[in-house]
Amino acid sequence: MTMTTPLHNEFGDIAGLRAALDERRVSAVELAQSALDAVAARADLNAFLHVEPELTLAQARAADERLAAGQAGPLTGVPIAHKDVFVTRGWRTTAGSKMLADYVSPYDAAVVERLEQAGAVSLGKLNCDEFAMGSGNENSAFGPARNPWDPAAVPGGSSGGSAAAVAAGLVAAATGTDTGGSVRQPAALCGVSGIKPTYGAVSRFGMVAFGSSLDQAGPLARSARDLLALLEPMTGFDERDATSRAFDGPRPAYERAAGAYAQGGSQPLAGLRIGVPREYFGAGLAADVGAAVEAALAEFEKLGARRVAISLPRTELAIPAYYVIAPAEASSNLARYDGVRYGHRAAQYTDLADMTSRSRAEGFGPEVRRRILIGTYVLSHGYYDAYYLQAQRLRRMIAEDFQSAFAGQCDVVMGPVAPTVARNLGDNREDPTADWLADVYTLGVSLAGLPAMSVPCGFGGGPVNGRRPVGLQIIGNYFDEGRLLAVAERYQQATDWHTRKP
Amino acid sequence: MALNEKDVARIARLARIDLTAEQRERAQAELNGILGLIERLQSVDTSGVEPMAHPLSAHEDVVLRLREDAVTETASEARRAELMANAPASRDGLFLVPKVIE
Repeated sequence: MTMTTPLHNEFGDIAGLRAALDERRVSAVELAQSALDAVAARADLNAFLHVEPELTLAQARAADERLAAGQAGPLTGVPIAHKDVFVTRGWRTTAGSKMLADYVSPYDAAVVERLEQAGAVSLGKLNCDEFAMGSGNENSAFGPARNPWDPAAVPGGSSGGSAAAVAAGLVAAATGTDTGGSVRQPAALCGVSGIKPTYGAVSRFGMVAFGSSLDQAGPLARSARDLLALLEPMTGFDERDATSRAFDGPRPAYERAAGAYAQGGSQPLAGLRIGVPREYFGAGLAADVGAAVEAALAEFEKLGARRVAISLPRTELAIPAYYVIAPAEASSNLARYDGVRYGHRAAQYTDLADMTSRSRAEGFGPEVRRRILIGTYVLSHGYYDAYYLQAQRLRRMIAEDFQSAFAGQCDVVMGPVAPTVARNLGDNREDPTADWLADVYTLGVSLAGLPAMSVPCGFGGGPVNGRRPVGLQIIGNYFDEGRLLAVAERYQQATDWHTRKP
Repeated sequence: MALNEKDVARIARLARIDLTAEQRERAQAELNGILGLIERLQSVDTSGVEPMAHPLSAHEDVVLRLREDAVTETASEARRAELMANAPASRDGLFLVPKVIE
């Protein structure tokens, strides 16, 4: 297959795109058309669920008008796309579920609104696991998305379409959501950068709910610098989300850290203490992934950072804690799908209760049903204390483990995102909890509500895994995402993993 | 303690999900597998630890806001029609459901 670089990928990163637009070397409409063509050409990836070229081009024309009027925002004309859990006027919103197959929102999610105000042009809606439950994108009611590095591999999940679209160069960046690793893990498996901000940093207004004490929105892009460009307009207080917290955004902490690193000469990261939890390098970690992560840590040491051995003793216990709390909250949140006000309604039923039960049985896929059932059980009379409250107590202990590491030992924590590179599509089909165990390195962060990112740091080993990317996880303290991005940027200035293309 | 067939039927009823006999059987095996996984919680001594409902409570005192008890949405027939456009069945601004009272 011979392919020239599509126009929208000719200008480098987001700053490059913005400069080209400002200097009129290209128009937003030309970029949008190029990206629309790329999306159509890569229908095999099944990364997009809903594309409406006229809506995209209308946004691009508005971007060109803003440019002409000298009123461009930070993302004016930049092609992005949204995970299909952010509600949008115009484009349908399905959350990857048959339950919402025909749903069209009467309003835009806060994230969608904010990115549009910043000038970004949306290419449409991206595939994901049903209601963001899964880590392979195979739980989508509309078929799996594929990994651009290897069509036999999953792209990860639940933001699998987001990661695949960025990796394949269909868009400059994409939105995702992370409840237990759903931004970080697909970013790792597709070789792109992604960040889950601190709980409360980004408004969840208009984000289809899964686990409300865990859900957080975050961007995926090709570099830490591009993530900052997206995250800055995404963050900010929103009174429409009860968990939204006032936060001055990632920029101030980023500037402080990046400014200090710029003074460091050949040892820009001198003074940075990297906590490396021994529990993240146990028997479950594949040797090829471990080697890539070790090489990344060595690179950070070359940049002047100091490696500190730490312990997060309850790492593995995050799995049972999360798989009580997240399903419990999901069972409560998804009770709203009753076949009355919106969503799927069964064709045949006897009475109101039967209508609801049949509509839910038909509308929800197997993984969502499973999680609702287990969530219902752990919240039911007589079991609430033993499961739900016990999980919440353990959750506090896990959060405190991170706090004691940040209190005296280290500034950031690093380790793998996932124990292996992307698995093949269809693996684990007979064992629904096998994928759950692979969330071991991302769940603790989610339970604690901390910010964390994934940056590409190499590939697996051997003829098959050698073409499947590995991600490095960088975890920070609350509201310290600016420093994470500055640290990741330094790594990306010294390495070229993030520039590799499938 | 493993879940039996009756337990699964009860959970499915509470969750308002209609399962076929075959799905119930499969769910029983799957839920028991999951319980085996989460049972490890019980081995942890958490006495004296306060349950954590809000993750930022590890960082600061969390005070949930209450908004003013006031209507903020615009009320108009057009807006109502827009909000009800996704309803499986509606008429005259009302959601239609099967007859509840004979």
